[in-house]
Amino acid sequence: MIAFSRKPPVWVLGLIPLAAFAIALWVGRFGVHWGDTFRVLFGLEGPSDVFRALILRVRLPRVLAAACVGANLSVVGASFQGLFRNPLVDSRILGVSSGAAFGAALALSFTSHSLWVQAGAYTFALAAIGLVMMIGMRFGSSALVLVIGGILIGALFNSFLGLIKYVADPLSTLPTITYWLLGGLNGTQWSDLPLLLTVSGLGLNFFILLRWRLNLLTMSDTEAQALGVRIRGVRNAIVAVGTLMIAASVALAGTIGWVGLVIPHVARAWVGPDHGRLIPVSAMLGATTVILLDAVARTALPSEIPLGILTGLLGVPAFLVLFLRFLRARGEAT
Amino acid sequence: MRIECRDLAYAYTPAQEILQSVSLTWGTGQIVFILGSNGSGKTTLLECLSGLRPPLRGHVALDGHDLSDLPPRTRAQMIGLVPQLHEPIFEFTVEQAVLMGRAPHLGLFERPGSNDRAAVREAIAAVGIHHLRHRPYTQISGGERQLALIARGLAQGAGCLLMDEPVAHLDPHHQHDVMASVRALTERGLSFAVTSHLPNHALLYADWTAFLIEGSVQIQGPPRSTITEASLQATYRMAFEIIEGASGSRAILPRQ
Repeated sequence: MIAFSRKPPVWVLGLIPLAAFAIALWVGRFGVHWGDTFRVLFGLEGPSDVFRALILRVRLPRVLAAACVGANLSVVGASFQGLFRNPLVDSRILGVSSGAAFGAALALSFTSHSLWVQAGAYTFALAAIGLVMMIGMRFGSSALVLVIGGILIGALFNSFLGLIKYVADPLSTLPTITYWLLGGLNGTQWSDLPLLLTVSGLGLNFFILLRWRLNLLTMSDTEAQALGVRIRGVRNAIVAVGTLMIAASVALAGTIGWVGLVIPHVARAWVGPDHGRLIPVSAMLGATTVILLDAVARTALPSEIPLGILTGLLGVPAFLVLFLRFLRARGEAT
Repeated sequence: MRIECRDLAYAYTPAQEILQSVSLTWGTGQIVFILGSNGSGKTTLLECLSGLRPPLRGHVALDGHDLSDLPPRTRAQMIGLVPQLHEPIFEFTVEQAVLMGRAPHLGLFERPGSNDRAAVREAIAAVGIHHLRHRPYTQISGGERQLALIARGLAQGAGCLLMDEPVAHLDPHHQHDVMASVRALTERGLSFAVTSHLPNHALLYADWTAFLIEGSVQIQGPPRSTITEASLQATYRMAFEIIEGASGSRAILPRQ
């Protein structure tokens, strides 16, 4: 294993996603010279209007969306792993993704207009977290109660989703829903972006600002409270902001698994558990990964590969490698 | 710091008051040992004293300030809690774990700065674990982790540390290391409340001993006068004998 420095310099954090961003704008089914890509990006003369439209109106919004989705899922995953003191938790733990998926599927059975799909996803993501919080308030709001509430509400919305698929027209609506649920960023337009960019920008900033304090939440509630943390308020704020970030991602990209679980682990293996470094590095690695996987998704085969499939194909072996490393460190595997 | 606890009562369920009326006072640089059987409410008492559990009746005062009037951050700058040892999940280094003690001195979105790091270095040196500062907190021994938690309390700047069975699961050598550090820190004016199942430790290290029996402190005072065969019998419901060595040291043995 290559020994990484635990303190990545700031330029690495910026440069890696920036490089991925440039590569993703350049590659695609429709070949563009890399020089032309830059000329378009910096508004220089030369490339034809077709290239200009392709890069600015098709690829750019899609790459920006990929960056936001990757950063959101990774940062929320890392924060939730700390908050629930469980490294196997990911951004789906509170049932928010299931709620959002149901909402999107419900909207898709009536219309394919992307704003309605997004509205459905947000509405039911909030409904799901609302129900989880109600369970939490009734049973004492501990981390365990929230996790159990999340699993139950997630299962409930998965059943509703099954119902929607069961009654959907198998020739038209069902394939649309099924394909949408596999996850992907195809068809992302500029009009989809303002909401995603706003929610991601505010949410990522919230977690970046709060990042050192997240360390305290990985201790027991008793310890955090004894250190003066108003645990319920902080936990509720994290859950609320995290929910919006997941809803924004699912609304646009569908359910994309593994990113929110694996990326925080890669980041932790690199810079350690201190959220002061873990959160920015998770954001950077998450954005880079989803930008590059989305580029593969639209380039590798003549037709799109759903992004959710790619993250699974890469996520499972990546997780196994990390898990083996973990067991070796504890002397439980060779 | 002077801690004054008067007629404290606490109940988890209305039907059963685990603490009925606890009165206990100790002052700057003193170590009070709280002895009591399993389930007698020792941990609950520490959590009430640290302000985590608002009492049902009675009150706690730190240097004359009523604990329930203090906002969480101010409270955490005055009194610290060292919980029972548990296996941490994430591999924070000793230094990062101790740094968490600076939280009450920082705003919600603030990150520790150079003076916080200086306080942490000083706290780590004070308990003698400077050589462990970069080691993962998960990979040091129980005794070392206990010292790291004491260092966290020091970094907190607290005048009193409440320690829940600090030497449970430790071998005699580490038990002594931890208690010797505690004793040494009283020289800086720190006060301690220590719960324990080892009455011999109260004889060795305590300035004051309190026996928690049926929800109240029924016997308290300096260890040599309060740790008697009768008080031990009342606390643990079994017979003990106290033997005295030639040098005047005492030890408690169960009566066969």
